Amino acid sequence: MRPLAYARVSTVAEAVEIVAADPAGAFLAGGTTEIDLVRLGVARPDLLVDINDLPLHDIEDLPGGGVRIGALARMSEVARTPVIAGRYPGVAQALLLGASQQLRNMASMGGNLCQRTRCAYFRDGVSPCNKREPGSGCSALDGLNRGHAVLGTSEHCIATHPSDVAVALVAFDAVVHTAGPGGARRIPIDDFYLPPGDTPDRENPLRHGELITAIDLPPAGIAERSVYLKFRDRQSYEFALVSVCAAVRVEDGLVTEARLALGGVGTKPWRSRLAERRLLGAPATAESYAAAAAYELSAAVPRRHNTFKVELAQRAIVRGLTQAARGGMR
Amino acid sequence: MGIDLTAEAARRRTPTVRGPSEQPVVLTVNGTHHAVALEPRVSLLDALRDRLGLTGSKKGCDQGTCGACTVWVDGRRVLACLTLAIACEGRQVTTIEGVATDGEPHPMQRAFIEHDAFQCGYCTPGQIMSAIALIEEGNAETDEDIAEFMSGNICRCAAYPGIRQAIKDVRDARERP
Amino acid sequence: MNTAIGRPVDRVDGHAKVTGGARYTAEISLPGLTYAAVVGARIPSGRVESVDASRALSAGGVLAVLTHENLPKIAGQPRLLPSLLGAAAPGQSFFPMQDAAVHYAGQPVALVVAESHEQAQYAASLVDVAYRREPSITAIDEGRDRVYEAQRLFGGLMPGRDERGDVGTALAEAPVRIEAGYRFAANHHNALEPPATTAVWEDGRLTLYDSTMGIRATQLTVAHLLGLPLSHVRVITHFVGGGFGSKAMTWPHVTLAAMAARHVGRPVRLALTRAQTYTSNGHREEQEQRISLGATRDGRLTAIRHHKLSITSHFDDWAEPATGVSSQLYDVEHYEGVHSLIHGNTMTPTFTRGPGETLGVFVLETAMDELAYELGVDPVELRLRNHARTDPRGNPWSSDGLAECLRLGAERFGWHGRDPRPRARRDGDWLIGTGMAAAAYPVAFFMPEQRARARVYEDGSAVVQTGTQEFGTGVLTVATQVAADALGLPLESVRFEAGDTDLPNTSAAVGSAGAGMVSAAVHAAATALRDRLVAMAVTDADSPLHGADPAAVEVADGRMRLRDRPETGETYADLMIRRRLADAEEVGSWTPPPLTTPHGLLTFGAQFAEVAVDPGLGLIRVRRMTGVFAPGRVLNPKLARSQLMGGMVWGLSQALLEGNEMDTRHGRWGASNLGEYLVPVNADIPEITVEFVEVEDDVVPLGIKGVGEIGQVGAAAAVANAVFHATGRRLRRLPLAAELVMDPPASS
Repeated sequence: MRPLAYARVSTVAEAVEIVAADPAGAFLAGGTTEIDLVRLGVARPDLLVDINDLPLHDIEDLPGGGVRIGALARMSEVARTPVIAGRYPGVAQALLLGASQQLRNMASMGGNLCQRTRCAYFRDGVSPCNKREPGSGCSALDGLNRGHAVLGTSEHCIATHPSDVAVALVAFDAVVHTAGPGGARRIPIDDFYLPPGDTPDRENPLRHGELITAIDLPPAGIAERSVYLKFRDRQSYEFALVSVCAAVRVEDGLVTEARLALGGVGTKPWRSRLAERRLLGAPATAESYAAAAAYELSAAVPRRHNTFKVELAQRAIVRGLTQAARGGMR
Repeated sequence: MGIDLTAEAARRRTPTVRGPSEQPVVLTVNGTHHAVALEPRVSLLDALRDRLGLTGSKKGCDQGTCGACTVWVDGRRVLACLTLAIACEGRQVTTIEGVATDGEPHPMQRAFIEHDAFQCGYCTPGQIMSAIALIEEGNAETDEDIAEFMSGNICRCAAYPGIRQAIKDVRDARERP
Repeated sequence: MNTAIGRPVDRVDGHAKVTGGARYTAEISLPGLTYAAVVGARIPSGRVESVDASRALSAGGVLAVLTHENLPKIAGQPRLLPSLLGAAAPGQSFFPMQDAAVHYAGQPVALVVAESHEQAQYAASLVDVAYRREPSITAIDEGRDRVYEAQRLFGGLMPGRDERGDVGTALAEAPVRIEAGYRFAANHHNALEPPATTAVWEDGRLTLYDSTMGIRATQLTVAHLLGLPLSHVRVITHFVGGGFGSKAMTWPHVTLAAMAARHVGRPVRLALTRAQTYTSNGHREEQEQRISLGATRDGRLTAIRHHKLSITSHFDDWAEPATGVSSQLYDVEHYEGVHSLIHGNTMTPTFTRGPGETLGVFVLETAMDELAYELGVDPVELRLRNHARTDPRGNPWSSDGLAECLRLGAERFGWHGRDPRPRARRDGDWLIGTGMAAAAYPVAFFMPEQRARARVYEDGSAVVQTGTQEFGTGVLTVATQVAADALGLPLESVRFEAGDTDLPNTSAAVGSAGAGMVSAAVHAAATALRDRLVAMAVTDADSPLHGADPAAVEVADGRMRLRDRPETGETYADLMIRRRLADAEEVGSWTPPPLTTPHGLLTFGAQFAEVAVDPGLGLIRVRRMTGVFAPGRVLNPKLARSQLMGGMVWGLSQALLEGNEMDTRHGRWGASNLGEYLVPVNADIPEITVEFVEVEDDVVPLGIKGVGEIGQVGAAAAVANAVFHATGRRLRRLPLAAELVMDPPASS
């Protein structure tokens, strides 16, 4: 691992100031991504600013019914917080299906949002990779790409976004709060994730020195009936082949509201707005769900080894919507 | 090593940038303070194994994918390979060497032997650190929970059924008055 | 007297392992210790054009950077021979950093030594290596135009072809034929402890702490490579964090550690990273197998043709031998087994648990399942009908038990009454299926004489020693049991020592042979010592046993006594104190039966599995497994059960999870970590039933046939056959990934 300087800070202002002042500075929260990537030589900070003492650990109710999750709240804590497990079950399930309990005890919510891809070409430090070395090319396009994305891809990058909980947060329109050299910002989570386009190295709009401070969940509404399903080769401790966060409100046999987001198949946590629109007013049947799923995946661009994900994602969507509708039936 | 703990604590109150050279660091492991000189890049795992001689925590992957390095920091099970040692200053670290009481093995350690819940033994300290924590967390209530919440600890010898049985034994013994 | 053997005693090293007290190789602390890091080649073929070590050398704490330009030349390259033979056993007959040539990605091209682990690892990333890339072949698909038939396998030990009768004609004339081809992805052992070596030189003598399954093999190989007298090389291994074949041979990093230590004049620890284990200690090679079965309508096999194609390195004709079981298990007149190879740009593959036969049996037993369906015969019955009573030369099995395993397994599993129709059972989204397979694994006998030493002290306690090593098999425990019984001592009075080449010699504990050969040597030594002490007593005028026939004396709890009159006798301690013997010691040895022993040598078993398959999503969950085995004498059922169960999980894993693909453009493995190369986690593994069938065997040592591999053999086939039963789809690749298992889209 490269030599590192280290500083522990106790206020957000200090944290922002120190990192902003050092082009090679980076924040250190749970470290589950950062330390791994520094050891691999993929992340190359010279200074890690330990923000774990910042007062950003709380989970609190917001006036009007929403919830604010401090950026340093640990995944495991959030998952077992009654307000999350009770009002946003899809969020809690997504948290518990991610990583392992040890990693969930370490990983912060803010860090999770900034999790980097598991693309082997990104991580190996030597293969051409536009995300790691802009302009060097994408090894995955014609390489081993079973795990790669089929939605939101570009000719420069098809790396899958690995987060589970971000999928649920995207489904329910969470808002990311930040503090940076230019002051505080609130960023709707769907805008927080940038499609790779021709700048796959830019994954989010955070500026250097800008720190996530909290994640707001709006009042639960339909999220209260949400489910998160994750499908993978191994039964645990693995990233998704495909995952689905779904919530459906059904009245008189018709879908009156739907939320759908996908993991494991997109270059970003994939809010499925096409399918959501298609579902509105449709009969709450497997046929409608399949049609919506097909519509969502019609834009998919599969590669040699991940063609199956197009079909798999559609079947997973049907499962997710079916299960969610059981909870959302009136 | 002659480190002035008071001065060190004073320095910590301001966000002094430390390193990348070796820094005096005080680690509290199994209730004992250890003053060591460490570069900030040194992981908790390497500090325990190479500097403190506490080699019970194992290095299986050094990248958060096997669980062999599981220790507790402030009572929670975490992976020592992805934790910087310097970030543990002021925190309580517990390793496999610290779970016995007065030289008496922890009931989980005895249960692992009883159920032959290991073969080569390399994952075993991590398994045991997870297994004890699992019960504390309340994640040992069903067989499914045990299997799921123990899945962050890989056992390549595949002693998983024995591991589950050991955990159930300890859980049930605790529940009995 | 037989009180410890056969009892499910706890592991004698259990306390050390659960407390963290057990020290593995990378945990040996030495004064002045330095740390080495390997730089592996990024290209699979070509040359190192130049190495610029200046950035690495100027990094903090760096003591040396070794490359092909400054590393001394090796004294000689030993032949590749399996370590069980007891000779030098390099994993491949190529030693890196002798010139600029690169033959495989990951081949060591530089070695950095520094004061700390962190400094060494970082400096390794700063070594700038310029390469000239040349064309490479790293997968079977790239080398189909250069397939050749292997003449010899295992470093020349075994023929590549095995045939009898006239297979072509017999298959052509067979009333029923099953033909199928299979593709198997490469497997990596992923023992949880990455290989490590610590090297220390003192007065020209080398001590190596090495994570190896064979300390003697390490000693011989390193001495040969460095041109050292064997007396100058000592290898110590107390605990090994799993082997599974990856530490059965001596790989280049071991000798590189010794060379680095000599160069810097200080002890050097070289621990491979997890990623480096994918290119440093061999692997199970990517392979294809084809099988043809010919049978009569009443389900009698008439012919088997079994071909294997795999990719090996440029320097070795290595293939896991896949036909040792298919050629023997069933009574078939016409047989042809052939191994074909492609020279490629990978390192030499190596033994991986159940070497060769685990996939050979997968192919055989999947074909048998197809044949059972074709004929409408129950799969268990089909095996019973065809099981050979002798080996192909007509020699009786040293012991059998297959039929009993099949019958007991069927009973325990609840096989009878199974509806054989595929896709007949459903549970929600899941299709349920059951499958079975016969299991067999060759008993290996080509080790040299094995030795052990037994010593009893004047207080009646004993130390028994041999140069084996503990990597999870429980050898420390079973050897203690054997020694205690042979000496007539309680288990607690016996301490077993191993893990040091200064101790009496045994071979590498591989091929399921470890427990048998070590036990045989320990038994010989302990028996010799007991006999000597008994002889001393009966000739001692002061002994109550004076004048007794030694054959009439037994020993229990350290007391020699007349079998007929147990009140007459004395303890070892009484005798030794009276005779002023501080201790007494004997070396015992065991020599394996000749390779020409007129016996068939297979260990038998039977595997059963129930799976649930979600055909929409391509998911497979194994719900339960039952394995019944006839491994001869079981020294410790608790430990044997664990090892057999572990093998069964390896079979499950091979069927469902494990495989690595080569990125042929770069010649690098797609996966090089435990996040992407999937091995089972706790949640994948159901409850597993292991049963034993007792068989008497007076050919193998102490009647022990071994439990290391047989648990794995057949398990993957049982799972895959269950998947067929569940889904009606016969899948011909491993692992059974979701994209293979999921029902195809309705439209296609």
